[in-house]
Order: sequence, then C-alpha cells, then structure tokens
Amino acid sequence: MNFVTELKEGLLIAWSAIRANKLRSCLTTLGIVIGIVTVTLMGTAIEGLNRSFMQSVSSIGADVLYVDRTDWIITSHEDWMRMNRRRPITLAQARSAMRQVDFAQAIAPLSETGAGIKNHYRESDSVDVIGTTDEYAVAAGLSLNDGRFFTPVESEGGRPVCVLGATVASNLFKLTPPVGERVTMNGRNFDVVGVLEPVGGMFAENGPDTKVFVPLNQFLLAFRNNPNITLQVKVKPGLDLGDAREDLRAIIRKIRRLAPNDDDDFSINQQDQIVDTFHRIAGTIAGVGLFITGLSLFVGGIGIMNIMFVSVAERTKEIGIRKAIGAKRRTILVQFLIEAAVICLIGGVFGIGIAWPATIGMSKVIPATLSPTIVALALGVAAATGLISGFLPALRAARMNPVDALRAE
Amino acid sequence: MALIRLDKISRRYQMGGETIHALREVSLQIERGEYVAIMGPSGSGKSTMMNLIGCLDTPTSGTYELNGTDVSDMDDNQLAEVRNREIGFVFQTFNLLARSSALHNVELPLIYAGISAGERRELALQAIANVGLTDRMHHKPNELSGGQRQRVAIARALVNKPSILLADEPTGNLDSRTGEEIMALFAQLAGKGNTIILVTHEEDIARHARRILRIRDGLIASDEVQARA
Repeated sequence: MNFVTELKEGLLIAWSAIRANKLRSCLTTLGIVIGIVTVTLMGTAIEGLNRSFMQSVSSIGADVLYVDRTDWIITSHEDWMRMNRRRPITLAQARSAMRQVDFAQAIAPLSETGAGIKNHYRESDSVDVIGTTDEYAVAAGLSLNDGRFFTPVESEGGRPVCVLGATVASNLFKLTPPVGERVTMNGRNFDVVGVLEPVGGMFAENGPDTKVFVPLNQFLLAFRNNPNITLQVKVKPGLDLGDAREDLRAIIRKIRRLAPNDDDDFSINQQDQIVDTFHRIAGTIAGVGLFITGLSLFVGGIGIMNIMFVSVAERTKEIGIRKAIGAKRRTILVQFLIEAAVICLIGGVFGIGIAWPATIGMSKVIPATLSPTIVALALGVAAATGLISGFLPALRAARMNPVDALRAE
Repeated sequence: MALIRLDKISRRYQMGGETIHALREVSLQIERGEYVAIMGPSGSGKSTMMNLIGCLDTPTSGTYELNGTDVSDMDDNQLAEVRNREIGFVFQTFNLLARSSALHNVELPLIYAGISAGERRELALQAIANVGLTDRMHHKPNELSGGQRQRVAIARALVNKPSILLADEPTGNLDSRTGEEIMALFAQLAGKGNTIILVTHEEDIARHARRILRIRDGLIASDEVQARA
C-alpha cells in the first residue's frame, strides 16, 4: 500500500472519526486552540518588538560611527568610573579629525545641552538643543517635513537659526506653520528654518523628535563655550565599516596624543552595539515567553494524547477488523497519527482565527502583524504537537494483537 | 499439493500461571476447492484453529504451510500481507466498519493491497454485484439488514480473490431463513471452486459442508467426508 493512498485513507478515517465525536473533538481541540493562540500572540509580539526596535534605531544609521567620550552601553561600574574620568573631546580635536578623515560621506561634530524654548504663545521647559553643522543633515540622514536644514553659510557663520524636531514643533506651534517664525532659547532669538519629519518608535523620547538643532558656532555663543563634542561620521558607501572604524581610531588616538601602549581614552560607537545588546535581551525575553506560552500548548498536547488513548481503546474492534483484512502496523500507526494531527491542525486554524483579530488590536501599541511565517510556524507546531502526542496511542493501536482486538466489543 | 498443511501444530496460552493447551499436535490437510466445517463445543480449540488457519495467530510449535509457504514463523506485518492476499474473513457479527458505506467496506482489502483507485472501484462493484447488493452499496451498515450486512462481509472477503474463505459462525446472528440464504450463497461459492472453511457449533449449518472436522480438547476427534445429498 503506497503512502499517498495511506494518507488519503487516513484523512478520510480521521475526518469521520472527528465528526462522529463532535463535542469530544471540540473540547480536545480547545486545548490546542488556546496553546496556538498564546504562542502565536507571543511570537507576533516578539516580532513586533524587534521590528519596532529596528525602526527606532534606524535613525542612528547602520553605516555611521560615533566618536564619543564613553561607550553607549556600559555594563559595569568599573567601566563607568573609568570612562567618566576621560578627558572631554574638544572642538579643536574634533575639527582636526574632520580635516584628516577622508573616508566620510559626511562628518559632523555634535554637542548637546538642555534649554527652555518659547515663542509668543507657548513655551517648553526643556528641550535637547544640539549644536552641529550643515553636514549633520546628511550624516544623520534627516528628512524634513517643512523648510530646510541650515546652510553651510549659516553653519559657518553661526547664524541664529534653528531646525525643530517634529514633537517640539507641534508643541510650540498649534496654528501657524513654524517655518519663518521665531523662537527664544536662553534669551536669544532663533529663526526657524525647518521642521523634521517625525520619527517615532520606541525611543521617541530620546530621538530627533524632541530636539532642536542649531549651528554649532551659534551653540558655542548661546549655550556652552567649551563643550564635549561627539563626532558623527557617515562612512562613504562601499567602504568597509570595520576598516573605517580602525582608521578613525588611529586618527583620534593621534589627535589625543596617546602613546602606542595606552588604552583608548574615547569610544567609537555604532548602531550594531545597540542592536546586539537588544537582541541579547530580546532573545532572552523571547525564550522565556515562548517557553511559558509553550506550556499551554504542552497541556493541550497531553489532552490530545489522552483522548487518542480513549479513541484507540474505543476502536479496538475496528483495529482488529482492519488488521484481519490486511492492514499492517504502519497503516494503523499512520491512521491514528493523522487523526491526532488533524485534530491539532483544526485547533491551529481556529487558534490563528482568534489570534488574527487580537494582533490587530496589538498593532495599536506595537507594529505587530500576523506574518505568514508565524502562521506557517503555528500550523507546523500544531501538527507536530498532534504527531508527538498521538504517537504513543497510535503505537499501542498498531501493536494490537488482531485476535484480541477482534474479540473486543 | 495441499492448500493448507498443518503439521503437529500446538498452541499453548499462559493464563494466570496456568498453561492452557488449546491445540495439541494437530495435523491436517485441506485441498483447494474443499468445503470444510470445523465443529466443536466452546473451549474445544476450534477458535484457536480458526485463528491459526486465518493467520491471525501463530502456533507455539509445529509448521503451517499455506499455499506452499511456511507461515508459522512470520511476523505481524508479513502475516497481515498473507491475510490480505490469501484469506477472506466472514464473522458472526459481520465486523463491518460502521462509519463506512458498504462499497467502501468492500474496497478496504484492495486499499490495503495497494490497488489503484480505478481498478479498486471496478473490483468492488463487481464483488457487490455478485452478492446482489448493487442498489444498497452506498448505505452504511446500520442502514442494512443482518443478511445484507453478511452479504457485504462476504463481498469484502471475496473481493481480493483469496485462497480461502474463512467463516466464523456466519449465521450466528441471523434468523434461520436468512441463515439459509447465506448458506445457499456459500454452497454456490463452493460450487464455483472456492475453498471454504466454516467454523460452527450448529450441526444444521455444518451439514452444508462436504467434510466435517470435529475438535475436542485440542485434538481432531473425527474427520469425515459426507455423502453428497
């Protein structure tokens, strides 16, 4: 008997057995439905978090290196103490580096401070003010909603102009478009020349949305005259990021006058570090989450096993008849495995039917969608649950002695 | 060469620490085309004999050659194949699959034999027609009378053209008139050269066969060929 016929016959038998015990099949399936719903939702949530995170960090730029005084992610107190003792990166050092770096598509010094901001009507206690140059727009890959970023001339001349992050702009200007208006920070007036496209995402609080950008030369006058500088280097397309990183490191070491055996007294940060850290954390969350939700599927699987044992016991006579007529062990095994798998697959389909609207609700909080991958995976897991939990009962059926089985009532 | 050759067949069971000798060194030959009744009271060993001949069970000792093949040491799967090919069963309680139509019940041995769907359908239709149930073939067993069910079972037993038709009390669950009909069908099949082995405890039924084996205490007590009626 070939396998396709066996499969077809098995499906037929499974279907009629399930229909013959509708209530029992429903109740058994319920366990699998719940299991699949929880696992699917968990998977979707994790996928959504990942996507949300990647969307959020994309503003950092995958091909951008950041020369900072300290690491972005500091995991020990010792490191924190050590890095905080480092000398600031001065503007002169930053400018020297900018002259020497030849692998940058754009390179921009950044300095950051907090300040109050107001216009005629409204004010905000504290926004992040970033002093930088016109190249920042390229280095950070900014896109503007309205107006423009400041020009090289404005940047070089330290003109009192500013570009507002989306949230800042919408908070200050409810009715009029901000471009062309004037805001006051630290007692100085700035002309708004542009408003950024909103970025949003997980880190919206710390992202460009809540920032105000001014020319660095103006920043030095208006806010701080000797700030710590971060250098943002967007590497030319096609160049190896690792090589660029090493070149940059050598240049900064020279500028900082480090002896060959001195440790770096600065950090070169990049998006990967955050992504790696996130993946470590997210991986743990995913592991624990899927384990816990997997337990419900496990319980569902036990239910299937239980009911399959009952089903085998009830159909002892049928098994005897089939064996007498010529069914081999494998045929009987396959028949009951298919029955268990079909029950679970039906559960899987219902589970997805429930999880789908739930993910739509979830998508209001995180960018979660029920991807075809998750659907396929959920159905696969459901079928596998059926096969695994159906195996022992099916084996019992397959090994029945036909004489005894025929004698059963 | 004999179709069935039992040589010093014994079958022992362990039951609660006690050994039961269901068959004691029984030797027997049945030729192709014979119509044999196996008789005996319950506990005589006739069921064991039937199970062995039907390849549902294997002997504890001795050899059983069916159609020239030694089947006494075969494993489960090999025996399933032999049953499928060589033996058609007819049971007292019909033993049809309750959720399947008459036609599908008859098709079942062909499915296990791995015969293609088209040929399967054709053979099954033929077998159902042979027992005169063409107009009832899409009915489920519970929609058929006892006699009709037994006819379906006979169709199922014969659809694979087996060497032996093995019937275990085939009229036990039927009224006497229907029972006679079934026996008439058997007589007809025997007339066509089918080998039939009938297990029964009813003299009336056994008398339809041409040879009667009587079993008592695990031994063949008598083996007589009847004069033609």
